[in-house]
Amino acid sequence: MSGPPSGGRDEPDGPVDPDVDLRVPAHRAETAGGLRFRRTLAVLAAVAAGGALGATARYALISAWPAPPGGLPWATLAVNTAGSALLGVLMVLVAEYGRGHPLARPFLGTGVLGGFTTCSAYALDTVTLLERGAAGTASAYLGGTLAAALGAVWAGAAAARAVLGGRAVAG
Amino acid sequence: MTAGGGDWTGGRLVWTAVALGGAAGACLRYVVDRAVQARHESVFPWGTLTVNAAGSALLGAVTGAAWAGAAGPGAVALLGTGLCGALTTYSTFSYETLRLAERGRARAALANAVLTPAVALGSLWAGLALVRYLAG
Repeated sequence: MSGPPSGGRDEPDGPVDPDVDLRVPAHRAETAGGLRFRRTLAVLAAVAAGGALGATARYALISAWPAPPGGLPWATLAVNTAGSALLGVLMVLVAEYGRGHPLARPFLGTGVLGGFTTCSAYALDTVTLLERGAAGTASAYLGGTLAAALGAVWAGAAAARAVLGGRAVAG
Repeated sequence: MTAGGGDWTGGRLVWTAVALGGAAGACLRYVVDRAVQARHESVFPWGTLTVNAAGSALLGAVTGAAWAGAAGPGAVALLGTGLCGALTTYSTFSYETLRLAERGRARAALANAVLTPAVALGSLWAGLALVRYLAG
């Protein structure tokens, strides 16, 4: 953590952190000047509106599809997998192909998909399963979500790159 | 997340609580993530790990309070499903892991993939255990 990252502070290859990555000049500019600036407020409003939408969509799915006691929480698994796939697609469009409105990433990525997917409910589901003595289901859920989400984000990004093909501006 | 049952689950107030909590949680993630990055030069996604740890610990505490009867369905919807649900994220975590791997930082990608679930579980359990201890 000491010293600059290789290649200097700016990342020519696009963001690692899709929510906000201070190595990317466009992300840095979102909050340049602080809260009094209209751009910062617009970004935070987009993130808030997206977060409200994403969280209610997640609540709707999980309410409609509750996990049976001791059973696999399929709804949370599906939410985290689908959200990861969609973020893979979105970030290829926005960061690699420069598509969309400047607020598309804060609204759809940081807000909607960030609010839709959740790490805390994933942890709670796992701990709840462990407390019910369903250690096998807990391990399957813990590892299964990880594998499914990582596979989904890779597949989403790969599919978007395959469809758009050869027109990348970076990375 | 255990949303509970009964007449409140479909209520407008609960949906409003989830939406408000979700809006606040997503904003908090953006602001905290940004603040953590401003203090670190590392390419490792410490900001996302921080929000995932904090949100999981808080959800553990909220759940402990709900199980002890100290938090009602409204508080669980606002703070648990809404705030903690949106403060933490799985999509950001998976995308970061993919990007680290694509850029040849295999060790950082592997560390992120192992650390995030471990830290989230540990934080959630710690929040839950603390509230259970306090509730006697």
